[in-house]
Amino acid sequence: MLIRVRLFARLREIAGASELARSVPAGASARVVWEQLAGEFPALADYANAISCAVNDDYARLTVTLKDGDEVAFLPPVSGG
Amino acid sequence: MSSTPRMTAADGRYRVTPDPLDSTGVTGLVSAPECGAVATFIGLVRDHNAGRRVLWLEYEAHEPLVLKAFQQIGDEAAGRWAAVRLAIHHRTGRVAIGEASVILAAASAHRADAFAAARFAIERIKQIVPIWKHEHFEGGDVWIEGATADPLDHAARDAAFERACS
Repeated sequence: MLIRVRLFARLREIAGASELARSVPAGASARVVWEQLAGEFPALADYANAISCAVNDDYARLTVTLKDGDEVAFLPPVSGG
Repeated sequence: MSSTPRMTAADGRYRVTPDPLDSTGVTGLVSAPECGAVATFIGLVRDHNAGRRVLWLEYEAHEPLVLKAFQQIGDEAAGRWAAVRLAIHHRTGRVAIGEASVILAAASAHRADAFAAARFAIERIKQIVPIWKHEHFEGGDVWIEGATADPLDHAARDAAFERACS
């Protein structure tokens, strides 16, 4: 299935893109997508324990099961204000 | 650089925008006949940080999620302090030294709840709202990374309540 990925801030810079599309096995979790990206972009691995994620503009757990066409956003630690 | 759309929710009380912020406008969004107090907090871009001379900040946001997080903060405040109403506006894109990056207003019948809710809101913004500041300083640039955003982490929420009431 095809998953749309959005990356922000330092994660976006590491991957060199704010939006990507990646194919993952049916039933994959957000964590599977993250681990695939971390394989492609090793510097992402530094964030493995610090990211949050959102699916289709709602906060989600990394364990959430994705559906074909879902958009998953990976969020580094925030610094608003 | 990703685009920075303007987005609002809750009749304009929650907004994320690349445009300059207006404190009078934010205050007006929560003022009401039953309110005897509005506490306004303005976060400004400062010219120094961690020993560096800051030149400007660039803010990036996940806008739809920002509005949902602002709504959650407003709901949390209203649940803790009866009849408190919040408005929160946050800038995106490049923000110059001295300009406001965030303006929030908390309205209530009495001043104690208004002050407490305003303090809670800014603490909570720094915990859960998906906005990132890219600091450009003399000699380089760095992404500032604070809290790992987890809107369901009640310990973090309770810490923000505690800071608001101390």
